[in-house]
Amino acid sequence: MAELSEKELRQDGNAVNKKKATRDSYGEALRDLADRYPDLVVLDADVAEATKTAIFRKAYPDRHFDCGIQEANMMGVAAGLAAAGKIPFVSSFAMFAAGRAYEIIRNSVGYPHLNVKIGATHAGISVGEDGATHQCCEDIALMRTVPGMTVIVPSDDIEAKAAVEAAILHKGPVYLRFGRLPVSIFNDSSYKFEIGKGVLLRDGTDITVIACGILVPQAMAAAEELSGKVSVRVINMPTVKPVDEEIILKAARETGEIITLEEHSVIGGLGDAVAAVTSEKCPVRVKKLGVNDVFGHSGPGDVLLKEFDLTKEGIVKLIVNR
Amino acid sequence: MDTAVKKQLKAMACRVRMGVVEGVYNAKSGHPGGSLGLADTLTYLYMMRMNVDPENPGNPERDRFVLSKGHNAPVLYSVLAYSGFFPVDELKTLRKIGSRLQGHPVMGTVPGVDMSTGSLGQGFSAACGMALAGKTDRAGYRVYAVLGDGEIQEGQVWEAAMFASHYGLDNLTAIVDNNNLQIDGKVSDIMSVYPIDEKFRAFGWHTVCIDGHDFDRIEQAFEDAEKTSGKPTVIIQKTVKGKGVSFMENAANWHGMAPNQEQYEMAMSELAECLKQLED
Repeated sequence: MAELSEKELRQDGNAVNKKKATRDSYGEALRDLADRYPDLVVLDADVAEATKTAIFRKAYPDRHFDCGIQEANMMGVAAGLAAAGKIPFVSSFAMFAAGRAYEIIRNSVGYPHLNVKIGATHAGISVGEDGATHQCCEDIALMRTVPGMTVIVPSDDIEAKAAVEAAILHKGPVYLRFGRLPVSIFNDSSYKFEIGKGVLLRDGTDITVIACGILVPQAMAAAEELSGKVSVRVINMPTVKPVDEEIILKAARETGEIITLEEHSVIGGLGDAVAAVTSEKCPVRVKKLGVNDVFGHSGPGDVLLKEFDLTKEGIVKLIVNR
Repeated sequence: MDTAVKKQLKAMACRVRMGVVEGVYNAKSGHPGGSLGLADTLTYLYMMRMNVDPENPGNPERDRFVLSKGHNAPVLYSVLAYSGFFPVDELKTLRKIGSRLQGHPVMGTVPGVDMSTGSLGQGFSAACGMALAGKTDRAGYRVYAVLGDGEIQEGQVWEAAMFASHYGLDNLTAIVDNNNLQIDGKVSDIMSVYPIDEKFRAFGWHTVCIDGHDFDRIEQAFEDAEKTSGKPTVIIQKTVKGKGVSFMENAANWHGMAPNQEQYEMAMSELAECLKQLED
């Protein structure tokens, strides 16, 4: 779906064209980090094959606990495991992890600030054919409201794996958002992920696109296409909470205009996190590109992203017509 | 149970009840009814059963206690104070600005509180997680969770019940406090949970039904639970809401109401009289 970004093209031949869903990266990271972090355990709610925690289960069956189809209890069990010193990763689809289990996350995980890591997959409309009941576009908003919760939306394989380890090393609850759709790998292996830090991917002076998750390459592709006409700065913002105020304010001051891009409702997500910073400290126009307060529907994930204007073309159109 | 020990326990339960009344009266709000009803079981657990140490409340080898019916915080705070986890005088700060004795229990700030609870159904799941961690680590500690009979109307409770037996958590003991009263009236009228024991048995639990004010039966039940292997045990205890304060007994309106000064004095003198008789 994505046109290759400038950075991708610069990478070695193996990385180019190689696509991978961040849920796969998640399952592999859990497996690869298990020996280094013996307290790490994994819970799943009957979707281990889909969330990819089955990759971990295969290697460490004694540290993987399937809870069956019961997300509320699973989240509470994770709280108890964390209270007893474990580092539980709790997995289900974003809709059920953040949605159904919201109140358990708030009261049993967030309030006591327990060391629970929520690995939510199948986020956003790119879930595709399952349709609106499974296309969660509200999870970032929900998780941002829980005091002390860190919210991370990795964009590709490399960032997803780095984020899993950063979550282990971070003391306190973390929400990690992974996708189902295979996406290109644009970060290179030297990339250092840091919680709370945005990444300047491309400098520009006319306008800034701040994106998170699997749409970051679309922002890069749009900037490339507009090259020579509009100077577009692109920022990858993997941590939506706590958001990197410094990089936002610098962009606001230097480019005077911001577009945010996320596969999430325009209510409560990255766009609102960015706008909250600018409106208070450096008021500039912030246009939120996301899901416009509607439900999704069935269809191939990449087709849905096009329909919802969450593509290179959508961003270019917005910038040209602004 | 030895007669002298039983007398000591009864006296301690009486003091714990006075701590409940003291806390709720000073707070001018809170949940005295269920708290008074639980005083005997909690006194037994903390004085006789659980491996806990007020000098080292975070000991990883300790037994865990989760008050899943978190609104009975006054009795948990009282029994913790009388066990030496913090000064008894602090009970007067219940629910006040700046107090660590929040309306519902908070872990991390109050020594001896192992889980933050208050939203019904959730503590039970956390207790399952603690028990699972204990099993995984082959640790010797036991986990105790107290649930209300109204609380088990929550669906999450039955998710947890299924989970605990599936994973064979025989280091977990649940106590269902069956006083048959919830805020809106009798549990049997509002949303019947009966038969409680058959439900738990169907979910794979060992069940024991007792009078929750009889120390001999309480002791037998916990010994029975400890001897049971391969499955978790639930102790379904009949209790009297408001037990020990005559005008609060079996009255739904004392679920979440504080006594006024006159009522406070009546309650304290009743309990003081009871204590005096036990100490004679």
